[in-house]
Amino acid sequence: MNKIESPAESRKLRDKILADLTRSITKKDELTRFWFFLLIMFFIVGLWGWIIQFRTGLGVTGMRDYVSWGMYIANFVFFVAVSLIGFLISSALTLLKISWSKPISRVAEQVAIAAVALAGVIIIMDMGRPDRFLNVFLHGRFASPIIWDVTVVTTYLAISVLLFYLPLIPDLALMRDHMADKLPKWKIKLYTIMALGWKGNLEQYKIIYHSMRILMLLIIPVGLSIHTVTSWLFAATLRSGWDTTILGPYFVAGAFVAGTAAVIIVMFIYRVRYKLKDYFEDLHFDYMGKLLVFVCLVYLYFNINEYLVPGYKMKLGEGIHLRELFVGNYSVMFWFVQLTGLVLPIVLLLFRFFRKPFPIMVISFVVLIASWLKRYIIVIPTLEHPFLPVQNVPDHFKHYSPTSTEIMITLFSFVSAMLIITILAKLFPVITIWEYAEEKGIDKKYFSEKP
Amino acid sequence: MEKNSRRSFMKTLGASIGVAGVAAGSGLLQSCARVESNTGDKIKLLTSSGELVEVDKAQLKPADMPSLAENQKRGRAGIPGKSWVMVIDLSKCRNARECMKACQNHHQLRPEQHHINVLQMQDAEHTAPYYMPKPCQHCDNPPCTKVCPVNATFKRDDGIVLIDNERCIGCRFCIAACPYSARVFNWFEPRDAEKYAGVTYNIEANVPQKKGTISKCLFSADRLRDGKLPSCVSACPNGVYWFGDRNEDAVTNGTTKETVSFSELIKKNAAYTLMEELGTKPRVYYLPPKDRAFPFQGEIENQHKS
Repeated sequence: MNKIESPAESRKLRDKILADLTRSITKKDELTRFWFFLLIMFFIVGLWGWIIQFRTGLGVTGMRDYVSWGMYIANFVFFVAVSLIGFLISSALTLLKISWSKPISRVAEQVAIAAVALAGVIIIMDMGRPDRFLNVFLHGRFASPIIWDVTVVTTYLAISVLLFYLPLIPDLALMRDHMADKLPKWKIKLYTIMALGWKGNLEQYKIIYHSMRILMLLIIPVGLSIHTVTSWLFAATLRSGWDTTILGPYFVAGAFVAGTAAVIIVMFIYRVRYKLKDYFEDLHFDYMGKLLVFVCLVYLYFNINEYLVPGYKMKLGEGIHLRELFVGNYSVMFWFVQLTGLVLPIVLLLFRFFRKPFPIMVISFVVLIASWLKRYIIVIPTLEHPFLPVQNVPDHFKHYSPTSTEIMITLFSFVSAMLIITILAKLFPVITIWEYAEEKGIDKKYFSEKP
Repeated sequence: MEKNSRRSFMKTLGASIGVAGVAAGSGLLQSCARVESNTGDKIKLLTSSGELVEVDKAQLKPADMPSLAENQKRGRAGIPGKSWVMVIDLSKCRNARECMKACQNHHQLRPEQHHINVLQMQDAEHTAPYYMPKPCQHCDNPPCTKVCPVNATFKRDDGIVLIDNERCIGCRFCIAACPYSARVFNWFEPRDAEKYAGVTYNIEANVPQKKGTISKCLFSADRLRDGKLPSCVSACPNGVYWFGDRNEDAVTNGTTKETVSFSELIKKNAAYTLMEELGTKPRVYYLPPKDRAFPFQGEIENQHKS
């Protein structure tokens, strides 16, 4: 880090950074409005679907007594998975003193907050009696993994919000002091309240550093728990395909794949849309590409363990499950997930060309879709093959296929997550301004200057 | 039956069996739940067999149906001193499905909902197929109650695994956990929901069923409290079911009313439990389908596990 000595130069650079990084907030055009319109429309449609489901019963979905968990639970696992990236980037990498990931940490937290919040909503939408949600607290039985899940998901959400908010405070003060003429009054008022009277003295920075460090340490066990516990919802049962000890780390590894892909996509959108080429640089995409290769390799290793070992033995129940995946009804999905969603990205991302922003965004998109499908084939095929034969029930009990209402409600979760991310981007800078400016050599004292 | 019914419990069981189906007896009316009362002379009543009858108000004695809270309390406690077991003789089953019918009637189930399901089984490629009635196994190490987040399903002291559908949140974790596919869910409004609207919930029969909650076999715990055999056991025309108390070491056949020693019955016939390797410790014992009274008819609809 080179210190810039000249005050004039420091101020100039500070103002440029401030202008660039608040472009997401100041920018208003037709496309933004259209995007909001689109999201809100789907949001309303999804809510409407949920009202139908609430009135008629969960029977409006494709789920029945045998496949009693369907797309919602798969989607829930997907969202929990994506949220884990917040832990990886803003805590693990920072604690390892890896500095390139700093500008990405706020994007990671945005994604984490949106994903984990929606995971909570999806679980409520999957309940037969959402009106009795409070029973979880009134009659909670601590022996049930669901209670553990509720505990860690809410804790993770709280820590993620704090990890998002704390480094935001100096930025809020900066915008409060410098942007009064560029932004509507209510926004400035919001910043003033949220800045908590930030003055910018070293003592205050010290508090932020300290609390951030504590949170980064705290989020490690919580982050690992959310996805481990989520995997136990399955691993705690006796069913073939779920009854395996590897599920905890397997889910965590898979989560990093999904989350990294999601963050790369969001980064790319910000870079293009808010002209942040100099902030989300090619270098960041390059590193993220390498990170994606790394987590994909770890995940591939777990996949080989997960499928090769039982596949070698072909015990009765496992055998039926695996045959269904390898050559049966789910084989197309399975091989797409394994080859296009895992092996191919590893191979492609070894080449520098594919780690450039656009190609890696496309690859990430495929990886993300594959990650979603992966959760689908973790949840559903197992339930289609219980230990005892499925008999004396209508045919649609035997095979699961989601209904349109179910898809509508699932889309709702995606739209809501995107809505949360968009709102966060429209309210707050997408990169921590003061941290970034400091990295560029501007002294802290220039942040607290009033114009 | 005369020979073996010395024990007081079995006497009660035998005596109450003849009563089923009689609609007007005042003894039966006492066990009815009140549906709706008009200021007129007629009143609608729900009999324990699930039928709605209209009777003159003057005929009625005050019912001793406990309040919901009391019902839930004693439903959680169980019947003191008992330890219920069921023995299913596979050599006797000919797929008459009277058990399924009686059960669906008693527990107000839709036709596709089974607390007890008669399955066509074939254990291995060249072995003989047979019929296997499959109720809830009322495991002593139940995977389902372990995972319930709100204690809506629980194990009672008398061995029965019960459900409180006033508390169930409908997460369906118990369905995922149960290896015997014993649990069903109310995906829609239950059968005859309008008819039973306003009827006080009876936890020991899990009626009326509720939308968005779980249901399953509960050994007709309400009938056991009245000293009767479970619906399926009484309904079987072929002597498939034996039901009784492990503490007393006695089980009674639902068809012949014969009472025998439980331990001897399972010892003599080499009884087994379903998937004992899972460690669930079922309370339902199966007698192997050897020397079957009826030949297996029809196709195996769905091979074991496929």
